[in-house]
Amino acid sequence: MEMVIFLIFAALALGSSLVVVAHKNPIYSTMSLVLTLFSVAVLFVMLGAPFVGVLQVLIYTGAIVVLFLFVIMLLNLQAGQRRDGSGMAGQSLQMIVALGGAVLFGLLVALALGRTGLPPVQTLTADMVSLKLLSRQLFTEYLLPFEIVGLLLLVAVIGATVVARRPPQADSTTGYVESTKGSEP
Amino acid sequence: MTVPIHWYLLLAAALFVIGAAGALTRRNGISIFLSIELMLNAANLTLVAYSRLLGVRTGQLVVFFVLAVAAAEAAVGLALFIAVFRQRHTIDVNRINLMRW
Repeated sequence: MEMVIFLIFAALALGSSLVVVAHKNPIYSTMSLVLTLFSVAVLFVMLGAPFVGVLQVLIYTGAIVVLFLFVIMLLNLQAGQRRDGSGMAGQSLQMIVALGGAVLFGLLVALALGRTGLPPVQTLTADMVSLKLLSRQLFTEYLLPFEIVGLLLLVAVIGATVVARRPPQADSTTGYVESTKGSEP
Repeated sequence: MTVPIHWYLLLAAALFVIGAAGALTRRNGISIFLSIELMLNAANLTLVAYSRLLGVRTGQLVVFFVLAVAAAEAAVGLALFIAVFRQRHTIDVNRINLMRW
């Protein structure tokens, strides 16, 4: 039963991640990323980390992917915006190189796993799944990283606001700087 | 029948490779970002799998921090793309070569 669920969601994750990478339209890529993230969240739950799975669905699909969709629709990208010179030959060459690298990397991982092996799996105890113990560890042992991450998010919010803001433009006659009102394309 | 842990690790490696291939071959900036998110998620899967394997919670805690950093990265990166799009009217990374020379 567990094996069946794993196989279903692993196949879903792999297939939808291929769609993420291969689809021309960024909106379809993003929606397919939702499926990938959801499948990985199910795998998190199967690995005894239900809270991480919930966070994955909430933060990734709830916040980050929605942000992506906002930006895609804001920029109004057309699906076929690929008029550069490399053409079909360059594209397939890139694909071949990427696939070759992928196969080499997979071989490396399989070799490393096969050579050294893995330690025996610990039994899943209630302590591992317990949200109370998890949060206690987060707020005692990992308190400083937690605060630093909070600071990082604050800096990122301020930075994103400053970068994405419409730049103020100087009036050519007076040199007076004021923000433009919606004449931007 | 329980699933052996190294299947999760191999799946994570496969997801990472797919993400890396996408990040290297796509030219749309948004698609590159999506591929990077895919790679981050594969790393998260590895962390949780090892956390389960070794019977410690540290891997799950590191995943929180990875999630937060991914959120910050997405916010700043998308803001950069908005700013670039305003200047250049494209986010094709082959045509954004402001800092190449």
